[in-house]
Amino acid sequence: MAHAYLPGLRVTARTALRRERRLPVKGSVLVKVGDAVGPQDVVARSELPGNVQTIHLASRLDVDPGGVPEVLRKRVGSDVRAGELLAETQGLFGFARRSVVAPADGFIESVSSVTGQLVLREPAIPVEVNAYVRGIVVEVLPGEGVIVEARGALLQGIFGVGGETWGAIALAVDSPGAELAPGCLRPEHRGHVVVGGAFVTHDALMRARELGVAAVVAGGLDDLDLRRLLGRDLGVAITGSEDVGLTLVLTEGFGRIRMSDRAWDLLGARAGRLASVSGATQIRVGVLRPEVLIPESDSGTAPVKRDAEEGLALGSLVRVIRAPHFGRVGQVVELPAELRKLETEAMARVLVVAFPEDGARVLVPRANVEIIDL
Amino acid sequence: MSGLAPVPRPEDVHSILATDCGSTTTKAILIEQRHGAYRLIARGEAPTTVEAPFEDVTRGVLNAVREVEELVGRRLLDGDIILTPMQQGAGVDLYVTTSSAGGGLQMMVSGLVLQMTGESAQRAALGAGAIVMDVIALNDGRRPHERIKLLRQLRPDMILLSGGTDGGDVRRVAEIAELLVAAGPTTRLGTGYQLPVVYAGNQDAAGVVRELIEPHAALKVVANLRPALERENLRPAREAIHELFMQHVMAHAPGYRQLTSWTPVPVMPTPAAVGLMIERLARRDHLSVLGVDIGGATTDVFSVFPGSDGEPVFHRTVSANLGMSYSIANVMAEAGLENILRWVPFPVDESTLRNQIRNKMIRPTTIPQILEDLLIEQAIAREALRLAFEQHRALAVGLKGVQQERTISEALHQSAGGASVVDLLEVGLVVGSGGVLSHAPRRVQAALMMVDAFLPEGLTLLAVDSIFMAPQLGVLSTVHEQAASEVFDHDCLVRLGAVLAPIGTGRPGQACVTVEVSGPDMAPVSRRVSFGEMALLPLPPAGAFGRVSAVPERGFDLGAGRGRPVSARIPGGSVGLIVDARGRRPFELPVAAARIERLRAWHRTLALYPREV
Repeated sequence: MAHAYLPGLRVTARTALRRERRLPVKGSVLVKVGDAVGPQDVVARSELPGNVQTIHLASRLDVDPGGVPEVLRKRVGSDVRAGELLAETQGLFGFARRSVVAPADGFIESVSSVTGQLVLREPAIPVEVNAYVRGIVVEVLPGEGVIVEARGALLQGIFGVGGETWGAIALAVDSPGAELAPGCLRPEHRGHVVVGGAFVTHDALMRARELGVAAVVAGGLDDLDLRRLLGRDLGVAITGSEDVGLTLVLTEGFGRIRMSDRAWDLLGARAGRLASVSGATQIRVGVLRPEVLIPESDSGTAPVKRDAEEGLALGSLVRVIRAPHFGRVGQVVELPAELRKLETEAMARVLVVAFPEDGARVLVPRANVEIIDL
Repeated sequence: MSGLAPVPRPEDVHSILATDCGSTTTKAILIEQRHGAYRLIARGEAPTTVEAPFEDVTRGVLNAVREVEELVGRRLLDGDIILTPMQQGAGVDLYVTTSSAGGGLQMMVSGLVLQMTGESAQRAALGAGAIVMDVIALNDGRRPHERIKLLRQLRPDMILLSGGTDGGDVRRVAEIAELLVAAGPTTRLGTGYQLPVVYAGNQDAAGVVRELIEPHAALKVVANLRPALERENLRPAREAIHELFMQHVMAHAPGYRQLTSWTPVPVMPTPAAVGLMIERLARRDHLSVLGVDIGGATTDVFSVFPGSDGEPVFHRTVSANLGMSYSIANVMAEAGLENILRWVPFPVDESTLRNQIRNKMIRPTTIPQILEDLLIEQAIAREALRLAFEQHRALAVGLKGVQQERTISEALHQSAGGASVVDLLEVGLVVGSGGVLSHAPRRVQAALMMVDAFLPEGLTLLAVDSIFMAPQLGVLSTVHEQAASEVFDHDCLVRLGAVLAPIGTGRPGQACVTVEVSGPDMAPVSRRVSFGEMALLPLPPAGAFGRVSAVPERGFDLGAGRGRPVSARIPGGSVGLIVDARGRRPFELPVAAARIERLRAWHRTLALYPREV
């Protein structure tokens, strides 16, 4: 009977942190199994094919596409420098001679006698993949990348923006219910992963960016401020590649929502420690949630606890994730088998949650809670 | 794509399990033969499990089936496998499933001229259910390297390459193919397969295109989608897109391969299965039908209207970015907040509404618990339905199959004013499906959502898919038509009644229409309705028929001409006859405070909600 729910996001003090670090195209791996790596260490390198310039030789030289090979002055496959002659026509007795020069450095990839087009490939663009998380290389994917493993704490957020980054954790507010205001941010937060409480404003994000903060982790954000940050309304929830000057991870959602005690305590207990952060979120195929990874300082051999993935049961700790009790955490005290009528008159599978602060017992649709792993 | 087991003979099938793996929820139904007829026995649902830690679509299926097991008190599963055939009261004789759990299909399309083959290619891709990320054409105003950059950055799931009419210039088509090769596009969903590319352009260029593209991508060459300027032939391209979508995108939904091994019937995409049922209904009842299925990620619109030869013609569009959970924020972005708020009868501040919509996006399986939340979701649904319908009307522009003929000037002016085949006065029946309609706590809420979104004219029947099982019945109908048809009539299609909407506009309070309803076991009811008002008149219950007679005032038209009466015998329904005298052509909601006052009055008249909000 416990199927109508989704497991909560992971907030785990000790788990195996395995991250695949893969090149977008084949290249060379620079480390070996057993190597200790830091987040900034380059583990694999490759080259992306350079930009392409297409040059319409036929029209520029006023010849038939089929005649283009004859007017070429450089062979397909040869390197050229910007300004170097690519092709020319002789003209009549040497007059009205037309020529085309290379617009950039590169090499001639192809020339088509169908279209009369020359494709000039600019020099390759180097691409590097770093380790992202401090740990040990446990596997090498030949020519493609590595798997880095560490042990430590993992905090999954619900939504984020911005790519991978890292820095030492710094608490900028004094409680999980506090707002991260611009005044909370100081120059010493530069390069840090700054933890706010219930809410971060656009002004605070701008201040953080100005100071060079690596990442901001907070409970909530107003969607209007997200729009200001991105410069547009986000349609589909696929993020991670936006260039907004810092990485943002929301642990709870949109609006002013107190950061869960578990997330707050986990981050607070690790202030000053190095954390790797990614804002990449994808709520479609291949679901991806933003994350904060905090490797243990020692290599650690303590057993890693497997996260609870079992169903909902009496006594389960859950968080309500929709109005009217949004954000409250409590214990499941009843799991009625039959459908119950909600205020909307919809019949739904429900549970009864008791909130510890005031002892209140409320009916909540099972779809509107998430389990908190213990 | 299907498992190895043979499909059992229809007469050997007494118990059927059918699932639909939606992008948000997986729904399972159990159908059994009782006293000679197939009926729905139980239904279970569970969140679709593409999300970690499960990342396996079959877990959601098993969870939904377990719920059915609990409800009927008999075993259907053997561990983590569906037990077939039925043995000693356990298991089922047949398992079938549909799926839309692969999420959206993101495509780039290209043509030579933006307004010609570019637009045809776009229509083909949209019609096949894709999100068109961009259209590349030789006259798109971009320089070649900008096009290449775009192709690289957007990383589409698939590319549709078209261009040129058959027998036309090969060179320009080759130019586009060269562009594609130079960009060296990669796939979005992993590295285990090549990027699918469909070529549906000038057939004389097919050889060159093959030579250029085949070494770099999974190319499929099909018939030209624009063989001549005045002729459009989208079907082969659509089918190829669909085939590659199943092979590449859906196959990457976690667990999909295992799912296919459980059923002897190929897994059918959800919209295709719903379309089958809608088409069947239109043919059987000789009606023009408009169907809509509003899901979490996508909204599908189906229509069946008479073609030029009088034969019913079926159209389907998939608005892949309009939905009630994953795509809900996109509805907000496309419709605009003011359009959503115009349906809400209480003040809401922008910031709160934005946050609420975002929170639904990031936690897509939650449901409204309080009435205010329900009203806001239903307001968003109206806009999602309206936008999806607009897209359908724009796409169903005389696409009358393979030999669609247009004059060159029509083709040139197509995007400006192509006449849609969807005629709101012609629609005989609107059928709604999908959680927000099928699960609306009061049926009248579903009826009004559809009326507000589509604005039907004249007299139109309304129905909903009771508990959203058209997809399962659609796939079932391919192997067991009798079972699908019996369950569809008895347990699936819920007749709500009808809406009567005079075309015309006037002053509030001005006489608009007089309506009379009569039927067996009911006293005749007559009502005069003024312009700007709505009324709800009783109809006989579902299964019985009633007669609706209406006389519009001068200046208003019910389909027979201005001021001319209409009369029709119509099936009854659970909601009744909604008389919608709010005006058509144009339909306009009052503004400012008057809007809230009018919405509340209409809601009271229709008994839409348990209390005033």
